[in-house]
Amino acid sequence: MSKKITIEPVTRVEGHGKVTIHMDAQGNIQQSRLHIVEFRGFERFVQGRPYWEAPVLVQRLCGICPVSHHLAAAKALDVIVGAGTGDGLTPTGEKMRRLMHYGQFFQSHALHFFHLSAPDFLFGVDGDPAKRNIIGIALTNPDLAVQGVMMRKFGQEIIRATAGKKIHGTGAIPGGINKNLSIEERDEFLKGADPLNADKMVSWAEEALDFFKKYYFANKDFVDNFSYFPSNHLSLVRKDGALDIYHGVLRAVDADGKKILNDIDYQEYDKYIEEEVRSWSYMKFPYLKEYGKDKGWYRVGPLARLNTADFIPTPLAQKEFEAYKALTNGKPNNHCLHMHYARLIETLHAAEMIRELLHDPDLLGDDLVIKGEKQKEGVGLIEAPRGTLFHHYRINDNDQIEMANLIVSTTNNNEPMNKAVNNVAKSVMTGKEVITEGMMNAVEVAIRAYDPCLSCATHALGKMPLELTLVGPNDEILDRKRSH
Amino acid sequence: MSDLIKFKIDGKDCMAEAGKYIVDAAADNGIYIPTLCNMKGVQPKGACRICSVRINGRLMTSCTTPVTDGMEIESDSAEIQDLRKSIIELLFVSGNHFCPACEKSGSCELQALAYRYQMMVPRFPYEFPLKRVDASSPRIIKDQNRCIFCKRCIKTIKDEKGRSYFVFRNRGHKLEVVLDETMGKTMDEATAKLAMENCPVGSILVKERGFEIPIGKRKFDKEPIGSDIKL
Repeated sequence: MSKKITIEPVTRVEGHGKVTIHMDAQGNIQQSRLHIVEFRGFERFVQGRPYWEAPVLVQRLCGICPVSHHLAAAKALDVIVGAGTGDGLTPTGEKMRRLMHYGQFFQSHALHFFHLSAPDFLFGVDGDPAKRNIIGIALTNPDLAVQGVMMRKFGQEIIRATAGKKIHGTGAIPGGINKNLSIEERDEFLKGADPLNADKMVSWAEEALDFFKKYYFANKDFVDNFSYFPSNHLSLVRKDGALDIYHGVLRAVDADGKKILNDIDYQEYDKYIEEEVRSWSYMKFPYLKEYGKDKGWYRVGPLARLNTADFIPTPLAQKEFEAYKALTNGKPNNHCLHMHYARLIETLHAAEMIRELLHDPDLLGDDLVIKGEKQKEGVGLIEAPRGTLFHHYRINDNDQIEMANLIVSTTNNNEPMNKAVNNVAKSVMTGKEVITEGMMNAVEVAIRAYDPCLSCATHALGKMPLELTLVGPNDEILDRKRSH
Repeated sequence: MSDLIKFKIDGKDCMAEAGKYIVDAAADNGIYIPTLCNMKGVQPKGACRICSVRINGRLMTSCTTPVTDGMEIESDSAEIQDLRKSIIELLFVSGNHFCPACEKSGSCELQALAYRYQMMVPRFPYEFPLKRVDASSPRIIKDQNRCIFCKRCIKTIKDEKGRSYFVFRNRGHKLEVVLDETMGKTMDEATAKLAMENCPVGSILVKERGFEIPIGKRKFDKEPIGSDIKL
C-alpha cells in the first residue's frame, strides 16, 4: 500500500507552501512535490491601471523584497518612457536605485541567513525545534542575533533613505528616481554611531562568512552531499562578465560551465524562455526553450549567480569568490547548501558596494529623471536576492497597462526546489516506518536553502504550525502530527 | 470693517465677522472643523456633511451655515466625532480606495481624515462597486473608483469662458463625474495639474507624472490634516 506524506505549511520560509511525498508499500519515495497553494493574480489586476503605478502597486507582492519588484517594474517602464534599456538613466537616478537595491540585498540576505537558516546550523537539522529558531539564537548566541538584527536594520535604513520607506516606498519612478541622497543621510551611513555604519557592516559581513565557513569545514560531508544535483544556472551578468545584480545581460551555463545562453539582451527573453503550467501548483515551471522542459530548467539565486559570473567587482568579495570557486575547481557549484556560502559572499559584496556608492557625489545630484520617445512595451530584469526577476509590461494608447507578465525568482527555482525536496526525501525517509520531525525539517532545509518567497508575503516567526499527514491510497488519513 | 459678533464653540468664547460661515469663523478662532467638499473661494454646498455640527439640537453643515450672534455650537462631542468618522467610513466602503498604490496617498484628504479620526477598519461592509478608469483624455486619467462626488472639480476647473471641464453624468448608483470629452482634448497641462490638486482624493491624475513627490514631502507626511489651523 502506498503512502502520501504532507508537510504543511513549510516553516521558516516566506509565504505558504506544502510538500507531499508519495511512498510505495516498500517505503520507497516515488515522487515529491512542492505545492504553492496561494494565488495572487497581480498580473491580472494591474491591467487597466496607469503604467506609472506599476512599481508601487506590484511591489505589494512581497514584504521582504518589495524593492526588487519596485525596481524591476521601474526598469521595464524606463523602456516605455524612452529612457533606455537599463543603462540610460542619469547618474543620480541609476546610482540611487543601485544603492536602494544593494541595501535591499544586504537586509534580505541577512534576514535569510540569521533568522531563517542559521538555526539549522547552530542547533542541527534535527535539533530541538523549540530552540531551532531566532529566539533560540538570541538566548544562546546573543551577539550573533544582535548582528543579524542590526545588519537588517542598516539595509532597511538604506532603503528608507532611497525609497522613502523601509517597506513599500516610492523612490523609483519611470525614467529615474524621485529623490537624491542628502548630505546628512550620506554622512549618517558613513560615519554613524557604532554599529550602524558602512565599515562595520563590511566587517560584520566578513564575520558572518567566517561563521559559515567554520560550520562548513566542520561538516563538509553533510554540506557537500546534502541534496547535490547538477543543473543549469541562469542570471544577469555585467557585459564584461562581472557579478551585477542591478543590470546586465542574461547568461546561462550548464552543470559543466558551458554557456547555453550567451549574454542575450533580456528585452528578448521570451524568445529564449518558456513557462509550463502543471495542474498541482499555482507556480509555473520556466525552462530554456532550446533545451526543452526536461533539460532546459535552471537554478537562479546566489548559487547560480556565482556560477555564471566571471568575477566580483569588489576586492573582499572577489577574494572570497576565488576561494569558493577553488572548491569546485572553477566549475559550476551544484551543492544545494553552498547556496548559503554564495549568499554570504554576496552579502559582503553588497556591503562593499554600499560603502563605495556612499562616497560617490553623484548620489547628491539633482538630475533625477530622463525621458525620451515613448514605447508600447518594456521588459525589466533584476537580480532579486532569491534570483532573476522578470517584469514585462505592454501599454495601450491611453497609457494603461494591457499586459503584464512576471516571472519571479522563486518561480524560476520551482523545478530545482522540487528536485531538492525529492532528493532529501529519498535520502532521509526511504524505508523508514516512522517519519520524525527531524526528517521533516531536513526537507524544509532543502527548500529554505533557496530562500523561497512562496507567496511573496511575510508571516510572524514561530506562528506557523507544521503539520504532517500520512494519507493512504484511498485518501484516508493514516496519521497526523502537528508541531508549533 | 464688519461688526464682530460673539459665539461659542464647545463652550469656548469666539468672535467673528457677522455672516461668516461657521467653518471659517471657527478657523479664525483656531478651531478645526473638517471639510472635504468645501474649498476656499467657492460657494459651499454642504455635499459631504463631514463638517456637521450641532446647533440648538439640530445637525447643520458648518460650511453652509453663517455664524450668528450668541450662537452655541457643538463640534467636538463624541457623538459628532463618531458621525464624522462614520461618513469617512461610508466614503471608503462605497468606492474602491486602495491607498497603497494610489499616487495621492500622503496628500489625499480622505486618507488624512481617516488617519485623523483613527479609522482602523470601516464598520460597514465594502461594496466593491464596479467602476471604470477613463484614460481617453490626453492630459488626465479619471479614476471613478476613487471619486467621492465632492464637485470640487466641477466648480473650480473651468475654461476662460467659465465652462466646467467636468460634469455629472447619469443618476443614482450610476452617477459619475466625467471629463467633458470635447473640452478634455484641449485641456492644457496647468489646468490638468490644478484639477489633480483640487481633487481631494486620487480620482484625477495627471498623465505620466506619477509619484514625483517623495515620501516625507507629501502634504500630510509631517502633520495631520487641519494642523494649519491654530491661533
